[in-house]
Amino acid sequence: MGSSCPEVSQPRPRTACRTGPRRPCRISGGIAAAGRPGARGETPGPSGGSVAVSPESPMDSRMDPAVSAVRLTVREAVHTLSSSEDGDRILSTLGSLKRYLGGAENPALPGEQEEFARMHFSALLRCLVGRLSPAWLELLPGGQLEAPWASFFLEGPADQAFLVLMESIEGMAGPSFRLMKMVQLLAQFLGAGRVAAVMESQCWQLAEPAFPLLQETLLAKLVGLPDHLGNRLQRENLAAFLPQNYFPLLGEELLRVLQAVVDSLRDGWDCSISFLSQVLGKACVHGRQKEILGVLVPQLMALTQGNCLWQRVCWRLVECVPDRAMEALLTGLVEAASGPEVLSRLLGNLVMKSKKARFVMTRKILFLQYRYSTPMLQSLLGYLAMDSQRRPLLVQALKELLETWGSSSAIRHAPLPQQRYVSKAVLICLANLREAELRDSRDELLASLMAGVKSRLDSSLPAVRRLGMIVAEVASARIHPEGPPLRFQYEDDELSRELLALVAAQPVADSPSEASPAVAPVAAEAPDRGSTEGGGVPAQAEGAGSDLDSDDDLVPYDMSGDQELKSSKAPAYLRDCVEALTSSEDWERWEAALQAVEGLIVRSPAATREVSVELAKVLLHLEEKTSVVGFEVLRQRALVAVVVTDPAPVAEYLTSQFYAINFSLRQRMDILDVLTLAAQELSRPGRLPKAAQVGSPSPASPSSSTEAPAWRVVVEERIRNKTRRFSQHFDRPLVTFDLLGEDQLVLGRLAHTLGAMMYLAVNTTVAVPMGKALLEFVWTLRFHGDAYVRQGLLSAVSAVLLSVPTARLLTDLPDELLEAGPWLADVAEQDSDEDCRVLAVKALLLLEKLKDTLLPLTPP
Amino acid sequence: MEKMTAPPPNMAASPLPPPDPCFVLRGAQSAVHALHFFGGAQGQVHPLLLSGSLSGLVHIWSLQTRRAVATLDGHGGQCVTWLQTLPQGRQLLSQGRDLKLCLWDLAEGRNTVVDSVPLESMGFCRSSILAGGQERWMLAMPGRGNDEVQILEMPSKTSVCTLKPEADAKPGMPMCLELWQADSSPRPLLLAGYEDGSVALWDVSERKVCSRVACHTEPVMGFDFDSQKARGVSGSAEKALAVWSLDEQQALQMCRTHELTNPGIADVKIRPDRKILATAGWDHRVRVFHWRTMKPLAVLSFHSATIHCVAFATDGLLAAGSGDQRISIWSLYPISTDSSTPLLGHTEGGELPEVPGPWSLHFLHKAGFLS
Repeated sequence: MGSSCPEVSQPRPRTACRTGPRRPCRISGGIAAAGRPGARGETPGPSGGSVAVSPESPMDSRMDPAVSAVRLTVREAVHTLSSSEDGDRILSTLGSLKRYLGGAENPALPGEQEEFARMHFSALLRCLVGRLSPAWLELLPGGQLEAPWASFFLEGPADQAFLVLMESIEGMAGPSFRLMKMVQLLAQFLGAGRVAAVMESQCWQLAEPAFPLLQETLLAKLVGLPDHLGNRLQRENLAAFLPQNYFPLLGEELLRVLQAVVDSLRDGWDCSISFLSQVLGKACVHGRQKEILGVLVPQLMALTQGNCLWQRVCWRLVECVPDRAMEALLTGLVEAASGPEVLSRLLGNLVMKSKKARFVMTRKILFLQYRYSTPMLQSLLGYLAMDSQRRPLLVQALKELLETWGSSSAIRHAPLPQQRYVSKAVLICLANLREAELRDSRDELLASLMAGVKSRLDSSLPAVRRLGMIVAEVASARIHPEGPPLRFQYEDDELSRELLALVAAQPVADSPSEASPAVAPVAAEAPDRGSTEGGGVPAQAEGAGSDLDSDDDLVPYDMSGDQELKSSKAPAYLRDCVEALTSSEDWERWEAALQAVEGLIVRSPAATREVSVELAKVLLHLEEKTSVVGFEVLRQRALVAVVVTDPAPVAEYLTSQFYAINFSLRQRMDILDVLTLAAQELSRPGRLPKAAQVGSPSPASPSSSTEAPAWRVVVEERIRNKTRRFSQHFDRPLVTFDLLGEDQLVLGRLAHTLGAMMYLAVNTTVAVPMGKALLEFVWTLRFHGDAYVRQGLLSAVSAVLLSVPTARLLTDLPDELLEAGPWLADVAEQDSDEDCRVLAVKALLLLEKLKDTLLPLTPP
Repeated sequence: MEKMTAPPPNMAASPLPPPDPCFVLRGAQSAVHALHFFGGAQGQVHPLLLSGSLSGLVHIWSLQTRRAVATLDGHGGQCVTWLQTLPQGRQLLSQGRDLKLCLWDLAEGRNTVVDSVPLESMGFCRSSILAGGQERWMLAMPGRGNDEVQILEMPSKTSVCTLKPEADAKPGMPMCLELWQADSSPRPLLLAGYEDGSVALWDVSERKVCSRVACHTEPVMGFDFDSQKARGVSGSAEKALAVWSLDEQQALQMCRTHELTNPGIADVKIRPDRKILATAGWDHRVRVFHWRTMKPLAVLSFHSATIHCVAFATDGLLAAGSGDQRISIWSLYPISTDSSTPLLGHTEGGELPEVPGPWSLHFLHKAGFLS
């Protein structure tokens, strides 16, 4: 805070000019008061106005006769107190000293009181602490000494008393009677509300020289009290000193001081609240926002409601917080405030005044952190939107947010929760901005939005794509309302509903009342529709016990499934089916053929083998010509059935086609899906007997022992294909389509597919060479930029570890595994994608397990 | 057997999902073309279900154990198209496409063909009987000529007459027959559905057509007649059901048609209590209608091939036999036991042998019912 800080001034007419040096963070009451009246007797000590407390050096005070009189009296008293064993004498000495604290029936002169408080009070207190012992207190019976003794701490100048208390508690070694007495006294001190007095005393010291050090110490002791006491007392700590009890108390005391400040401002007195700001800031830095703000914010919320003075005090309180505490305080405030209005009332235009605050509010919370809840974001951005001065900041924030949202590097490297957070912030900004404001920077916004949509839709992670779609729809509608609306097809889910709710404006409020009458007639009609045409409602109502009634108990079942039958057109032979699918212009026949093809394949494996490759080709190139229900599924299942029936040639055909040029993304993905599903089906022995039964209807005791080799042969044959494919993969320069560039989605799916194949190849002989090839494949791609690809690679590694026999792993693949370890550890620690990290950890665990089982074997 | 009633549909606004079959009988090992419930009147004992299959076998199913308790092989591997038990003597009539009508003796565990009647028509027409509990009974079956119906007196097998349409009528082959007797007069009457889609009422004793009404544009595949209400319903290869009635002057009149989703009805049956009717659809579905209002009540999807036949038991159980070799059993809209309305005549099969207790396999053996 520089001296540029504007002062908050009392709205009263200024009748006098202020004297004395201007200090930052001073609130001026408008009247330069000389000598505060004793009405504020609660705050003794150096409480004078700026004129009364003119700089005085110790030299000057020695010259003053009144001053030296005080000194003599105190010196004598201290001597008596420290040496006398006479209880009555001590008591009377204490009584005589009590005069200087004021409030007694025979108080000392104000000048003397002041002198006593400034020069001698601490020394006296230290002396009192020094004398404290069980024997000393016993000098007079009935604890007569204890009350006057304690009253010096509780009634004297609070700041000095507090310091001496803390100092003596810290200085004492080990648990002792004196320590416990002092601790109890401190608890009494806190309970008596003296903390407020400590802080308040700092508010009036406008012109005191050389007090920063004192303030610094006070600040440290005030905020660090729970720590100090905790360290000192260990297990004997009192409940009052626990942070969860102390900081709420501190908050309440702060409020009391603020109340006093407001009162004195109203009376026209200057005061400074920088000390309060420091206390608040330091408590927040100590991580006690919840405790202290939990008390402060609700009260301030109520007090600032419609009260300008309170508002200004509150603003000032926040403004004067040191920069290093600003972030802790602001995040705490945003969290504790219940909405943008409250935040605006508490902070004022803080973001315009404090650079640090602006940085925290518009950059740190939005871009550098993402742990805050949606309501927090809403109150923060709502706060920016509530004042015309602050609105440019909001526009700026939106621009930057959109830029981040759309940056392809951020999309790739930022964790998903953060992307979600930024998306939410974008939508909240949009909801808060007016159309005119958006229009002014439309081009810029649209440019970053479009770039972002493009890079998001390119991503292979569904969640990222989905965020892109939702935000793009909403943002384009807001930024460019005249344009054609952007519509994506995404399924409604919790996230999309939450995001859309953020932009849903208030005008929806009256819609339910409109909706309810519209619903009512429908509900009323429904039963009518259900009744029979013959019986009719009146007949039912009359309850005529005629023949008519008895017939009406026959209520129809649901007959919606009664549709026209198309099976008459379905081909009965596979060749007809192929022909119908390729050349038929009769769409009903085409549909029927599509629906029948899987059944035909399963039913006649021999016929399928004759045409298998041709059939696979037809199915792969099949386009959805009519809107058949479940076209994709039908086609996929048919393809899987073909592969399962005749694995070797069909799989070879499909794998060769995977690298061909003239295929769409969809077809390539289909190839991979079909291969995975077919491998799964082939590797499951339970499936095959069923198929065999269809082929040969004689159920001649299907013993599993005879079946098992059959499927295993098929799988091995299949897997051999796959291994051949790997070698192909590395022989090819991969230029046929851009697998390593644009088509990262296919690459990712390929990696997943290979992993699945590997997993399904467990217990086969080809598992070892296959695992070797797969690890090589993984190794070349391990630093791929796309998270989906990396996920595939990591699952492939796990599949290798699971499928290849442990003994073979170490004999055949030792180098690969050795290399994989550090890489996996690195991914598990540093990858930006959470799924990648989890997968890497799983692979690491497998690797560790492997090492555990093999290490005992290796030494001999 | 436990109660096999579907939960009563309540009056809630949203309709209940279509019901599932109570159970399914598998093991016919070929398409089921004929079904007939046997016994079980008034819920005293559990009925048996007879089914005729494409491979010429007749299976007798216990509805308690849900297993076939006996298999009758009498049609030389040719399709069994019609099954009917006689009211007395535990006798079964089965019609096969081997051009034979067999009369089986099932009493006391026998299952032998005691008699057979040669058929002279290769068509799909199912025969019909009129048996009032006396020794002698009447049988109507497709005759030698393409459009003829032959009436025999049984068990003597003497030909009573041949019903031949007038020369200019040309109704085509008879497709389905039903002999019945009005309450008012003892004269036997015959309802016949023809290939041209018409239904004709014959006065058997006078050998003349009383009335004829064109119901369909396609051949009539099956019909059922409610003699008490003098109303019938017929299904054909086309996409509609026809409801017709018979007035006092014995004239047939079209009442209404009911459109269906898919064409082709193989069989129609009205439940004995005349509340509902069921149709066997070529579209693999059984449709259930309210008989009085013809309001659709349910579409039962279970089978995966054409349904050839449906049958109701006296206790309300519904069976459907399909080309997918399965017989599904359904329980819909339970019959109220206090219903005083007389049951339809034609489903009242023969009384079962007096076997005490439940119809277990054990009891069937003990009673000598099985071979």
